[in-house]
Amino acid sequence: MGGVEHLRRARDEMDRRYAEPLDIAALAATALASEAHFIRSFKREFGETPHRYLQRRRIERAATLLRETDRTVTEISLDVGFQGLSWFTTAFREIMGETPTAYRDRLRGAPPAMVPGCYTMMWTRKSSFPQAE
Amino acid sequence: MITKLSHATIWVLDQDEALTFYRDKLGFEVRTDQTLDSGFRWLTVGPPGQDIELVLMKPGPPAMPPEAAEQITALISKGAMGSGVFGTDDCRGTYAELSEKGVEFLEEPAERFYGVEAMFRDNSGNWFSLTQRSG
Repeated sequence: MGGVEHLRRARDEMDRRYAEPLDIAALAATALASEAHFIRSFKREFGETPHRYLQRRRIERAATLLRETDRTVTEISLDVGFQGLSWFTTAFREIMGETPTAYRDRLRGAPPAMVPGCYTMMWTRKSSFPQAE
Repeated sequence: MITKLSHATIWVLDQDEALTFYRDKLGFEVRTDQTLDSGFRWLTVGPPGQDIELVLMKPGPPAMPPEAAEQITALISKGAMGSGVFGTDDCRGTYAELSEKGVEFLEEPAERFYGVEAMFRDNSGNWFSLTQRSG
């Protein structure tokens, strides 16, 4: 089993390839771990399962596309890797607290936030500080 | 009045490895590399053309107790630390150049309303945006 740096590399792979299907075997190999050990270790270090992390990453990207493009909700759901609109809507609502359409309607016409992507990404990550949970 | 930001700290896991990354991969200039009698290594770098020193610091005593250093080191390793923005006149060209040198990108260059942006990590785990501002 690799160290936390290897787990981070596996997470980075999800950040890079968020629109591709989740490949636990490949990610576990990146982390130098068995699949079961990888999932357990990932959750211990980052506070959520790889699957949930990937969902969060996809929803973060989808939120950006909803804010900044005119693509339809269905198109965006496919762009970020969801296989169906209902799964996308459910995940979006769980993570963002509202539907994709409501999110888009609420922010339509709002001035764009001048926040660099790395800060947006940081804000949407689960905290690394357990006391912040 | 304050006239500029002259120094900022980037916490790194290993100063030698960080130096290799910032100097040889990002192309930064070494501004100071001096080890004091106390053993404290003052290592600063900066992008060519900008008068700023980025201090590459390794967490540890005497600046902080070992347990605090351990926590910060864990956060760096997890990729939870960092977040800053480096500017470029050509995000896609710089992305290609740095990728060729082995820099790990989290996001390829993409259009944003404020320009073109990519995201990368240093070899400690700190992440940064690489932004080409529009307009």
